[in-house]
Amino acid sequence: MMRLTPRPYVSPHQLLLVPVLSVLLSIILGGLIFAALGYNALDALYQFFVAPLSRPDQIGNLFVKACPLIIIGTGLVFCYRANIWNIGAEGQLIFGALGAGWVALYLPESWHFMMLPLMILGGMIAGASLAAVPAFLKTRFQTNEILVSLMLTYVAGLVIDWLVRGPWRDPMSFGFPLTPYYPDAALIGKLSLPVVGKLGQLHWGILIALCVSGLGWFILSRTLAGFKVRVAGDAPRAARFAGFSPNIVTFSVLLVSGALAGLAGMVEVSANMGQLQPQISFGYGFTAIIVAFLARLNPAAVILAALIVALSELGGDSAQIAMGIPKVVTGVFKGILLFMLLAGETITRYELSFDLRMTGGKMSRGDADV
Amino acid sequence: MYDELLLTVLLTSVPLILAATGELVVERSGVLNLGVEGMMLMGAVAGFGVTSLSGSPYIGMLGGATAGALTAALFGFFVLGLATNQVATGLALTIFGTGLSGLIGAPLVGQAIDGLPVFIVPLLSDIPVLGVLFRLDLLAYLSIGLVAGTSFVLFRTRAGLVIRAVGDNATSAHALGYSVLKVRFYTVMFGGMMAGLSGAYLPLVLTPHWAEGMTAGRGWIALALVVFASWQPWRVVGGAVLFGGVTIMQLAGQARGWSVSPQFLSMLPYLATIIVLVAMSRGGRAERGAPAQLGRIFLPPR
Repeated sequence: MMRLTPRPYVSPHQLLLVPVLSVLLSIILGGLIFAALGYNALDALYQFFVAPLSRPDQIGNLFVKACPLIIIGTGLVFCYRANIWNIGAEGQLIFGALGAGWVALYLPESWHFMMLPLMILGGMIAGASLAAVPAFLKTRFQTNEILVSLMLTYVAGLVIDWLVRGPWRDPMSFGFPLTPYYPDAALIGKLSLPVVGKLGQLHWGILIALCVSGLGWFILSRTLAGFKVRVAGDAPRAARFAGFSPNIVTFSVLLVSGALAGLAGMVEVSANMGQLQPQISFGYGFTAIIVAFLARLNPAAVILAALIVALSELGGDSAQIAMGIPKVVTGVFKGILLFMLLAGETITRYELSFDLRMTGGKMSRGDADV
Repeated sequence: MYDELLLTVLLTSVPLILAATGELVVERSGVLNLGVEGMMLMGAVAGFGVTSLSGSPYIGMLGGATAGALTAALFGFFVLGLATNQVATGLALTIFGTGLSGLIGAPLVGQAIDGLPVFIVPLLSDIPVLGVLFRLDLLAYLSIGLVAGTSFVLFRTRAGLVIRAVGDNATSAHALGYSVLKVRFYTVMFGGMMAGLSGAYLPLVLTPHWAEGMTAGRGWIALALVVFASWQPWRVVGGAVLFGGVTIMQLAGQARGWSVSPQFLSMLPYLATIIVLVAMSRGGRAERGAPAQLGRIFLPPR
């Protein structure tokens, strides 16, 4: 039998070691799965984790993939720190894209100099408003926020489908479910770096993502608001004694994460697509959950975590092209990674010991006498 | 016309009944397994694959149940053995199950199988409209039997009493000498088996194909159904039929040429879930019938 004993204190080395070991273990387990499926494990791992980094433009694309994950992941860190389980970031991202898209498509020409700020605002408000639903229901009726936020993701997917096939469809799109192209003022341009120039599809949105992560770190660890969030999650009773309203914390973290997911939706469409289509996200809202955990719920670490997870996404593409491994394998890897991270959490908090006598849980006669 | 509609409602509700009944037992023992969607997908792909290999949908059914239980065992190992956070582990299970089922199922896409045959009960099936109740497949009948069995075991047997004790007051149950973790592991496995059967029902009865992510949120709706049923097995059946009814309103709407966009009709089950959750969440945990220790980690003291 396995036994867990709480550790009196957690060493800082372990806090760093867990994410590193989790990634390594997931890679090993991933390799075993590849082998079990009849692929050459080493080739597959090379395609997955090395090939995507072998060209400079691919490194740019890595940041492009990481961009929405950083933005959403930072918001989710706030939620999970407060022990509020928003798993509907995917839907909030879609709503954000719709809010920003509405601005982009209908803002009068004379206002175009304000286009991007207004789109950011529109995206954040739309994302936050979708997250406000579980926030309101949770604070007013104690309704489970997990299920509500997830159900709204399905609803959001149907709303965008309806809009791009119906009221917002471009009459010139020959029946394709696409909105008209955004005006130039509504597009986020490619980022041109000094010395190297343009790197793949790298765009200005990455700067937004880096700012979001930095700001998130500052708020969570250096302000009273962030302190309230942390106390609400770590010690809800203490938070109540201190007079911190749990409802305000619940509302704030859900609105923040919804607004950030909405921002990610705005950036994603403006930088990469330039028009709305039925599918605008490829599970970024769900993948960001893993990013938040890989970062150990630290907004500053979200950047690195997002890059690692984005690498597995790009790796999925390259493995599919080079070896015909189905893209869904990325999902398997992400699932394993989350499992490993959670197990790592246990090992930092508890001492594991093994009782090799197979007593099978029931007390044997001898034990009972003691 | 009406018996066709009723049949569709019933067939839509069977997977919900199976998955929700399993999850209900898990939650009664104090464990919240949010991985129902992942376990269902594993059950669906195994049900399809095994049927395709063996040619027998019944062996496929068993394959689905086994796959579900094995997936659940993984959850059990982490949540019970390693005391990990139940919510996050459940999410991990869903992500993992969605990915792995897609990976296993990739070569199966495009194949077709012969699903579960229909058993016609003589005489009874000739009743107008309600006759469809007696023209179902084995697993549909079995789902009602499993609800009855679950209800009986939970409320009329010693084992059920232990399960509920573990879910309501793990410390007392432990002090009385019951192995809390072992009881919870068994219920988690049972929940996985039921979710696996539920997933297998999709390719074996509803659509004879495998498609990535074919559960389309049914696992999450099953989780909501448990709340709706206030942790009482028979109410799961009522709730599932209600949801089946809401789900097929889109078909009925299209057939009658309602002027509402199909997307809005497709939203109905998800919106209904939210409404139901709100309606059921007034009052405290105990009033709602939720097990007192739902989602809490239990570490057996020395």
